[in-house]
Amino acid sequence: MSVITPPEQTSVPDAPETESYLRRLANLQSVWILGVLVVIVVLFSLAAGGKFLSTSNFSLISQNIAVWAVLGVGMTFVIITSGIDLSIGSVLVFSSVVAAKVMQAVGGDGWGVAGLGILGALVAGVAWGLLNGVLVAKAKIPALIVTLGSLSVALGLAQVLTGGIDIRSVPEALTDFNTYIKIAGIPALPFVALVVLVIGGIVLHKTRFGRYTYAIGSNELGARRVGINVDRHLILVYGLSGAMAGLGAVLALAQFGTTTIAGQSLTNLNVIAAVVIGGTSIFGGEGSIFGTVVGLFIPAVLQAGFVIIGVESFWQGVAVGSVLVAAVYVDQSRRAAALRGAKSGNPLRHLLKLKK
Amino acid sequence: MAPILEARGISRSFGHVRALDDASFDIEPGEVVALIGDNGAGKSTMVKALTGNLPVDSGDIFFEGEPVTISTPHQASEMGMEVVYQDLALAPHLNPVQNMFLGREIPRKGVLGFFGFMDEKQMRAKAEAGFRDLGGTVRSFTAQVGAMSGGQRQQIAIVRAISWADKIVFLDEPTAALGVVQTKNVLDTIKRVRDKGIAVVLISHSMPHVLEVADRVQVMRLGTRVATFPADGTTVEQLVGAMTGALDFSSRKESTS
Repeated sequence: MSVITPPEQTSVPDAPETESYLRRLANLQSVWILGVLVVIVVLFSLAAGGKFLSTSNFSLISQNIAVWAVLGVGMTFVIITSGIDLSIGSVLVFSSVVAAKVMQAVGGDGWGVAGLGILGALVAGVAWGLLNGVLVAKAKIPALIVTLGSLSVALGLAQVLTGGIDIRSVPEALTDFNTYIKIAGIPALPFVALVVLVIGGIVLHKTRFGRYTYAIGSNELGARRVGINVDRHLILVYGLSGAMAGLGAVLALAQFGTTTIAGQSLTNLNVIAAVVIGGTSIFGGEGSIFGTVVGLFIPAVLQAGFVIIGVESFWQGVAVGSVLVAAVYVDQSRRAAALRGAKSGNPLRHLLKLKK
Repeated sequence: MAPILEARGISRSFGHVRALDDASFDIEPGEVVALIGDNGAGKSTMVKALTGNLPVDSGDIFFEGEPVTISTPHQASEMGMEVVYQDLALAPHLNPVQNMFLGREIPRKGVLGFFGFMDEKQMRAKAEAGFRDLGGTVRSFTAQVGAMSGGQRQQIAIVRAISWADKIVFLDEPTAALGVVQTKNVLDTIKRVRDKGIAVVLISHSMPHVLEVADRVQVMRLGTRVATFPADGTTVEQLVGAMTGALDFSSRKESTS
């Protein structure tokens, strides 16, 4: 009955001393998915050569994802809080209609008019986002329902405002910005998106706002207990998503020279897919802006690649859907492994084992 | 010594249920007081009332001899009291340092701090010092808390609490989900906290643990304090007897001494 164990030995470390930085990096979903993207790029390059690897092709790809990238920043924040925002496509349409109406009413083709339009779009977007946020945080309605509702209402109101007919009078300043301007060698729209992505990444990973976003998605009650104003933060996060939809509306107006009332019905799902493929957990608490960027490139690269090698672009949907499900499966098994305290959280090994 | 925190005649009803019925509690500075009682005896309700999580219907609370009204957990924090909840309230996706400073991040100096940037270096250094202080078993400060063992998580929660509490720490069932070694670590931690001069209120169902670390044991039953024992010389049988009402007390209320 004597105690033999000396007291020093009672504090047995029951976890690895320190995880190496490399291992942590290898465990990140966004790193795995970056590997998938690289493989896709390599395959298309082998199949199509210089045609695929050209500057013009990637310039086109980046232009195609610029609007989604801006929306993806807001969506990443929302999903990390374990929320969802289905309304972004409709809010984008609504905001672009407001902007177009404002610019139409003022008239003219200069930056002054465009500026008013941009302001209108941002205000409209933020207003929708804050409304979503209040309903989620204060009225405690599930985010899925709230934003499903505002998806419908925002699109409906946009159609009411326009009679369902797209407004085509967009100031030349805005459309020229898309067509002619290049900043640091990058076309204007992708450049704006890049700036937004960088700022979004810094805010998410380096500031208290970002830290609280993770904390709320990780353990909302815990966040409340340490004194974080969870309701206020959620309202701001949905407001941010709305603001991004407003900015996305401006970019879309510049890109297409018209409101895109009927063209955004799948935008929300495409952006959510990109965010989730990029390793942001739909259950909250985990995710990165970098992952979202990679998640955006996968569908865009697939589409461009299929066109170049002459495969019907319909296959893009097949491929993206499969990647989405596979990505979440890998993410989940990794998470389960982490919860079991397993040290080899390599989901690919797990996958391969299953297939044998 | 005068109590640092004292509750006299606290009552609180939920509908027809009197969760606290003229209940009292007291703890002196640097003392470990165990609060025990059967399920539903009112232990957690008492802790909630003392830490600003629950308004009371009647009764007085004294802090350092002064009558106080503690209406929010934030207020309790400012007075130097922290609670380690049974579910620990840690964010599993964040690392120990981030959890420790959650809600109390140290801002960077100057304009960066204004924009919400955090001084990660300073937080990390302070957190490491806090863990070293308690001789903790937490080895990694960069891994997610969710991937750590129950004992390590408990320790992180306790270190967080004592880093911010300079007067009293409430521990709600800290050993309930732990193995033998981890339980010992937590009990050792409690002793070190006491040695730092911080009072500890320990809610537990485990009589041997209670008798090992506590200076005094206060027993609750049916929403009121029925007995107070010094831990020295008290047996598990006496505690169980008081908890279940098997030991005969002349009146249901304790005799004020």
